[in-house]
Amino acid sequence: MKDLIRKLVETTGPSGFEAEIRDLVQAEIDPLVSEARVDALGNLIARKGEKAADGLRIMLSAHLDEIGVIATHIDEMGFIRFTNIGGVHASTCIGGRVRFVGGARGVIQAERLDPPDKIPSLDKLYIDVGATSREDCPVKVGDVAGFERPFLDLGDRLVAKSMDDRIAVAVLVEVIRQLKDTPHELFFVFSVQEEVGTRGAITAAFGLDPDLGLAVDVTLTGDTPKSRFMEVCLGKGPAIKVRDSGMLADPRLVDCMVQIAGRLQIPYQMEVLDGGSTDARSIQVSRAGVPAGCLSIPCRYVHSPSEMVDYRDVQNAVRFLVEFLGGPIHLA
Amino acid sequence: MNPDPRNAAPKIGAEQIDLLEKLCNACAVTGDESEVRAIVLEEVRPHAAEVKVDALGNVLVWRSGSSAEPRRKVMLAAHMDEVGMMLVMDDGDGLFRVETVGGLEVRQMAGKPVWVGREHIPGVIGAKPIHFMSGDDRRRAPSLESLRVDVGSGSTKARVGDRATFATRFQRIGPSLRGKALDDRLGVATMIELLKHAPPNVDLLLAFTVQEEIGLRGARVAAYTFDPHLAIVVDSTPANDLPAWDRSENTVYNCRLDRGPAIYLADSGTIADPRLARHLLATAEKHGLPYQVRQPGGGSTDASAIQRQREGVPSISISVPGRYAHTAAMLARLADWENTLALLYYTLTDLTAEIIPLSGNGAK
Amino acid sequence: MPENNFTLLPFLKSLISTAGLSGNEAPVREIILQAWRPLADEITVSRLGSLHALRRGTGPEPRRRILVSAHMDAIGLIVTGVTDGFLSFTSIGGIDARILPGQPVIVHGREDLPALIVAPPARLLPESMGDGVVPLEYLFADTGLLPHEVTRLVRAGDLISFAQPPQEMNGEILCGHSLDNRASVAALTACLDELQYRRPAWDLWAVASVQEEITLGGAATSAFDLLPDLAVAVDVTFAKGPGSSEFNTFTMGKGVTLGWGPDVHPGLHRAIKDIADRLEIPYQLEVMPRHSGTDAYALQVAAQGIPTMVIGIPLRYMHTPVEIVSLKDIYRAGRLLADVITRLDPAFLDTLNVDKPA
Repeated sequence: MKDLIRKLVETTGPSGFEAEIRDLVQAEIDPLVSEARVDALGNLIARKGEKAADGLRIMLSAHLDEIGVIATHIDEMGFIRFTNIGGVHASTCIGGRVRFVGGARGVIQAERLDPPDKIPSLDKLYIDVGATSREDCPVKVGDVAGFERPFLDLGDRLVAKSMDDRIAVAVLVEVIRQLKDTPHELFFVFSVQEEVGTRGAITAAFGLDPDLGLAVDVTLTGDTPKSRFMEVCLGKGPAIKVRDSGMLADPRLVDCMVQIAGRLQIPYQMEVLDGGSTDARSIQVSRAGVPAGCLSIPCRYVHSPSEMVDYRDVQNAVRFLVEFLGGPIHLA
Repeated sequence: MNPDPRNAAPKIGAEQIDLLEKLCNACAVTGDESEVRAIVLEEVRPHAAEVKVDALGNVLVWRSGSSAEPRRKVMLAAHMDEVGMMLVMDDGDGLFRVETVGGLEVRQMAGKPVWVGREHIPGVIGAKPIHFMSGDDRRRAPSLESLRVDVGSGSTKARVGDRATFATRFQRIGPSLRGKALDDRLGVATMIELLKHAPPNVDLLLAFTVQEEIGLRGARVAAYTFDPHLAIVVDSTPANDLPAWDRSENTVYNCRLDRGPAIYLADSGTIADPRLARHLLATAEKHGLPYQVRQPGGGSTDASAIQRQREGVPSISISVPGRYAHTAAMLARLADWENTLALLYYTLTDLTAEIIPLSGNGAK
Repeated sequence: MPENNFTLLPFLKSLISTAGLSGNEAPVREIILQAWRPLADEITVSRLGSLHALRRGTGPEPRRRILVSAHMDAIGLIVTGVTDGFLSFTSIGGIDARILPGQPVIVHGREDLPALIVAPPARLLPESMGDGVVPLEYLFADTGLLPHEVTRLVRAGDLISFAQPPQEMNGEILCGHSLDNRASVAALTACLDELQYRRPAWDLWAVASVQEEITLGGAATSAFDLLPDLAVAVDVTFAKGPGSSEFNTFTMGKGVTLGWGPDVHPGLHRAIKDIADRLEIPYQLEVMPRHSGTDAYALQVAAQGIPTMVIGIPLRYMHTPVEIVSLKDIYRAGRLLADVITRLDPAFLDTLNVDKPA
C-alpha cells in the first residue's frame, strides 16, 4: 500500500484541476468495481456491491484535490504573483517548491520583510520559475500549481504533501481491493473541490441520494510540542468524528461505528475538532437529509508540505471499513 | 482573413443605451427588485415562449432554439438587484437610521443625495459640517450608526423597511457610461439583447436573478428549476486600474477598462469549468475580439450557486469591467460592453457538441 | 386519537428541562412527539431527526400545504478531553464564554452527571490574558468526582447541556435556558391545539426542526422533503433590555414581531399583517435588511424556492441560561399562526404577488 500512497501524494492536483490524479485512481479501481463514471464537476464515482434486503445505499467520500496556488500576475521580470486555492498559509510557503499543472516548476519566496520576523500575507510572496521576462515565462495568469515535496517513509510514520486527502483516497482504493462481500450498494466517491468548500460532495450526494454517508479525511492531532489541546494522537487508531466546525455527526452512526470497532478490537479514538470540516457536512444536508459521519486519519502538520500520518492508523482504517461495510448496519 | 467580427453579433446602439439608462435609473435594492423586474418583463415577453416569476422574484425565461435536436440547454444569468440601504429606524423629524444591504461602501455614504422607496422620494445623507470637527475627526470615516437619511421634516411617505439608493442619474460621456448599478444592469441589458437575437442552435434559459448581492440566493433556485447543461453568468467586475499611491506597478488591478470582456478562470466561489474556459478564449481569438483574464481570487458571482445545483452544472462567468463598484457612480466603457455582448453571442453560436457532452459524463 | 392534555406552561417547562443539543435532539423530540400525537393526523421523523406532523386540510385535492418551522435544538457544549478529572470542552452553536463560569451543567457521559463550569485562577492562565474574559478553551467542567471515575464515565465527544431549572417570574414571565427556541415550539404546539376547533382548507406541516443553531440543516432538508407552497419560521428575537441595541429590539409582552427583508416574501408578510390587524393581535415590525438568522434562510431556497415569512417572539439575554420570555407573546404567536392557517383559502397562491407594495 505504501507504493500506492507514494504515487498518489506525489501527483499534482489542486482543486478544480484533478484530472491527473483522477485518471490514476480510475486506473487502480477500474478492474475492481461494477462501474465508474465521472460527473459534471469531475467527481469519480465507482459502484461496488448489490443492495440486499438488509442493505443500504452508502456513499463514501475521499477528496482528490489538494490545496495549491493560482497565478494572478506575471511581472516584467517573469516573477509570478499568486493567490491561494484552499487553506494556504504563508508560513508554509516561503522557500517551498511548486509544480504547475502544465509542468513548470519553481520556488516560492518573499519580498524583503520588515520587520524580518513578521509573517507576510500571500500578496508579499512570489514564485520564481527561472524566467527572465514576462514573455519567456511559461506560466500565465490563471495557471495552477500544487506544492512539491517527495514522499518520505519513516517506517511507522509517513510524511508527504497532500496526505490531506490522498491518504484517504489510498484507504478507499485499498478497501475496494479487499472488500469481498457486502449487503450494501456502495458508491465510492473520489470527490473534487473539497478544499474550496466541499463542492464536489454536494453534487455527488444529490446524484446518489444515499441512505448513509461516510467521509474519510484527515484530522488534526494534539500530540506535538505546545499544540492546541486535542486528545487525538498518531498511532492510537483512526478517529470516529463526533463534531467538527461544519457539523455534528449522526449520533446513531457514531454509536454504530464505536460498537463495531469495539467488537472487532480495532483501536479507535473519539474526535472533536475545532477548525475544519469535510465532505460529510455537504452529504448530511443533501436533499431530504442523509445520516452522515466521518472516519478520520489522524495527521500532524495539516496544510503544510510535510503532513505526517501513522501507517498503523491507516491500516486500521482499512480494516475497520472493510468490516463495517461487510455487514449489516443498523442505526437505532 | 476574418470578415468584420461584429457583423453577425448584435451591436449596441441608441436603443440599447436607452434601455440601460432606464435600468440604471431604476431602484432595485436586494430584496425588492420590483422596478427592474417590471422593465425586464416588458422587454422579454414579446421574445419568449414562456416567462415566469418564481417565489423569490427571479424572472425565468425559456426560449427554445430551432435547429435539429438534441440541443444544449444553456442557462444565462444576470442579477437584477443592486447594493443599497434599508431604513431601519424612524428618528422623527424626517430622519431615518439606515443599514447597508450588500457591500455598499460605507465610507462613501456621507454627503450624498439618495432616493427612498418605490417612489424615489428624494433625501440626503448629510455630514457634520467641518466647522464642528477637529483635525482628528476629519480623518475618521463616519460610522454607519451615526449616519441618517434625511427626507426633510413634515409629513413623508418614507417608512421603516423602505430601501434606498444613491440618487445617481445615468449619463453617456464620450466613450464611457456612468451610472449607479452598472453592476449588474449591464448584464441584464446584455441578456435582453441576446434574447432578441437568440441563436438557433441552443435552448436559452435566462435567469434575471434576485438577491445576488447578499449570497447568490436567486440563482440557486433558478438553476434548480432550469436544470441546464451548462451556465454562463454575465456580471460586472471591478476594474481597479487606477495608479497606485506611489506610482509603482499596479499588480492588483483585477481587470482593466478598454481591454474587453473579463473572463473568470477562478474567483472565491467558482473554479470555471476548464472546457468552457477554453471555449470562451478560443471563441474570442477566432473572432478577433479583445478579451482579458480577470485576476483569480476574490469575489464571486451567481455561477458559484449555479454550479452546485442538482448533479452539478459546468459554469463560467464573464463580466463587463466597471470602475467604482458599490459606490454612488460606476464607470464602464461602451466598447467593452459591446465586445462582451459579441463574445457571448459567438460563444453560443459556436457551441458544439464536443465542448460539453449531453450525458453526465464530465471527463475533462 | 390519544387524549390531548396540552397546557402551555407545564409543556414549555418540560421542554426547557430536557436536553436537545443541535445534532442530538432525540430527548426533547420525544416530549414534543407525545404532545403532538393527539393533535396531528400523521407524525414522522426526518432522516436528520426533525419532527414532522401533518394536519390535513379540508380543501379539494391537490391540496396546498404550509410548513411552519420552530427549531427544537439548543446550544450547548461538547467534551474535547479529560485532564486529571477536569473536562475540557468546545461549543455547539453560538456560546458566549463570558457567561459560562459558575454555570450548572449536566455532562451526558455513560451516565448523566451534574457538573459546574469553572474558570482557573489567573495564575494558571496565560499572563497576557490579564483581566479579560477567559476563553472557552481554558475553562473546565468539574463533576466533583475523582479522576478515575471521570475517566470511566466521560470521554471526548460527550455532550454537556445547561442545567438551570425553569423559573416563573412576575406577571407571566418565564426564565430558563433553551427558551431559544423551545418558546416557539410551545407556540407552534399552541397553534396545533387551537386548530382542533378549526377546519383549515390547507394542509399544515408542523416541523420541529433540528440543527438550526449549527447548519440550518433541519429546515433545509425538511423543506426539500415536504415541498410546501408556503413556509413560516417561528423563532425568538431580541427584546429590549440591558445590553440590547437601541434599534431593532422589541418590548417584551407587547406582541410578536413580523419580519421584513430579503428572507421574507412581501406578499406573505402583508397577508399575515392584515390578519393580525383585523384580529387586533399586537405586533411590531422587525426589519431584517440582510438575513433573518432563522430557519427561513434555508426554507426560502429549497428546490425551486418557497415564499417565506418570519414570526418572532421577543426574548431577553439570548444564548444565556437565563433567557426570559413573556408567556403572553407565546400565546399570541400560537393564536396568530392558527388564524393565518385557518384563513388560507385554496386560491391564496394565485393572489400572492412579489411586486405588490406592502
